[in-house]
Amino acid sequence: MKLLVLVIRRDLMLAMRRRADVLTTLFFFVMVVSLFPLGVGPEMDMLRKMAAGVLWVAALLSSMLSLGRLFATDYLDGTLEQMLLAPQSLSMLVLGKMIAHWMVSGLPLVLMAPVLGLQFDMSVQALGILIVGLLLGTPILSMIGAIGAALTLGLRGGGVLLSLLVLPLCIPVLIFGTGAVEAIANGQSVASHLSLLGAVLVLALVFTPWVTAQALRISME
Amino acid sequence: MAINWFKYAAPTNFYGLAGKLIPWFAGFSLVLFAAGMYIGFFVAPADAQQGEFYRIIFIHVPTSILSMVLYMVMAGYAALGLIFNTRLSAMMASAIAPTGALFAFISLWTGALWGKPMWGAWWVWDARLTSELILLFLYLGFISLHASIDDPRRADRASALLAIVGSVNVPIIYFSVKWWNTLHQGSTIKFSGTSMHVAMQQAMFTMLAALWLYALAVVLARVRSIILERERHTHWAQEVAA
Repeated sequence: MKLLVLVIRRDLMLAMRRRADVLTTLFFFVMVVSLFPLGVGPEMDMLRKMAAGVLWVAALLSSMLSLGRLFATDYLDGTLEQMLLAPQSLSMLVLGKMIAHWMVSGLPLVLMAPVLGLQFDMSVQALGILIVGLLLGTPILSMIGAIGAALTLGLRGGGVLLSLLVLPLCIPVLIFGTGAVEAIANGQSVASHLSLLGAVLVLALVFTPWVTAQALRISME
Repeated sequence: MAINWFKYAAPTNFYGLAGKLIPWFAGFSLVLFAAGMYIGFFVAPADAQQGEFYRIIFIHVPTSILSMVLYMVMAGYAALGLIFNTRLSAMMASAIAPTGALFAFISLWTGALWGKPMWGAWWVWDARLTSELILLFLYLGFISLHASIDDPRRADRASALLAIVGSVNVPIIYFSVKWWNTLHQGSTIKFSGTSMHVAMQQAMFTMLAALWLYALAVVLARVRSIILERERHTHWAQEVAA
């Protein structure tokens, strides 16, 4: 537990020293979302219908953007090698890095989403569900993404390859997240979508740190 | 007499075995393909609702089935290679991937050709179509990850891990897409029996067997060239290639 807190604090501190990276991801998110009305036209009815989908897809894309850095800097300066040699559990270290990555790249998106949702004329209720969905879903994106980041560590063209590997695996998150918002718009219960999202989150929490640790060992051999 | 169960786990021995098996698989595949085509076009009657259009299932259904089966086989080989560190398993996994991707692509293509007259659209966002498309993405991800790592050992192990993660994810993806939208007709063939005409069934299963044998022959041919490429520094490989 202490180890976890330590890793998270270290990664957050490193991220705070390079604030530009964090802001780039956030700006990318805002920009992608703002481009959609320009592309499809300003009719509010249509925008309201696609709002959840647009926000989710944009969140998916911008989380891909920052994944490359998850292990890359530690790999370059040799920290990662020390982590692999450390007596502490590598899965735990990886989990800490995932959580820190989410706090830096996922949480800001969640906080920004309601403002952007208002641009799309979403109702307060729908916004609430969108936020809950994003809160449950964005950590999963960070965790599945970490597997891809570990597998593509140090490869040329790693960034594009990473998206190619990770995006198909993230489809269930997208479906449940937007499904919840759609359900509330149609007056149905959102419980099923959100509990499925929660179930995926729990599964990811259990398995992805270990899988990522294995992937790191393969990549660092 | 003790049998050496692992004799053909050595790429050197397997190379010869595969070479002997390929003509058999390829020959039977051709014969069955011809038979399946004949039954499909001349024996099987036209469908009551879909007329002659339905005949595309003789390609469409076998390729869909095989694209899924091959992914599981590939993931199985990948897991074997990762767990027991056998070189041949990883080579088999990377030999299967292109054929699996090809089948997934053909399945989508023929599905589109069938969808146009039946549903009035080349593509609909239906659960099965979408999951087949995602399966194609997973194949392409596997192939491109393997291709972009230079060290063959790391490439094998990294893409094996990806295949396993993918195979765990496939049911989740399938059900999420299924609950999302469904238009595709339900399965006609169930374990409790079928509503299909006998000749249609015969044509379909013959084609399935033909394509299965084709997949075996092609995968073995591909694994042979992978073995030669990996073993190019050895004496026997140079002798074979010369």
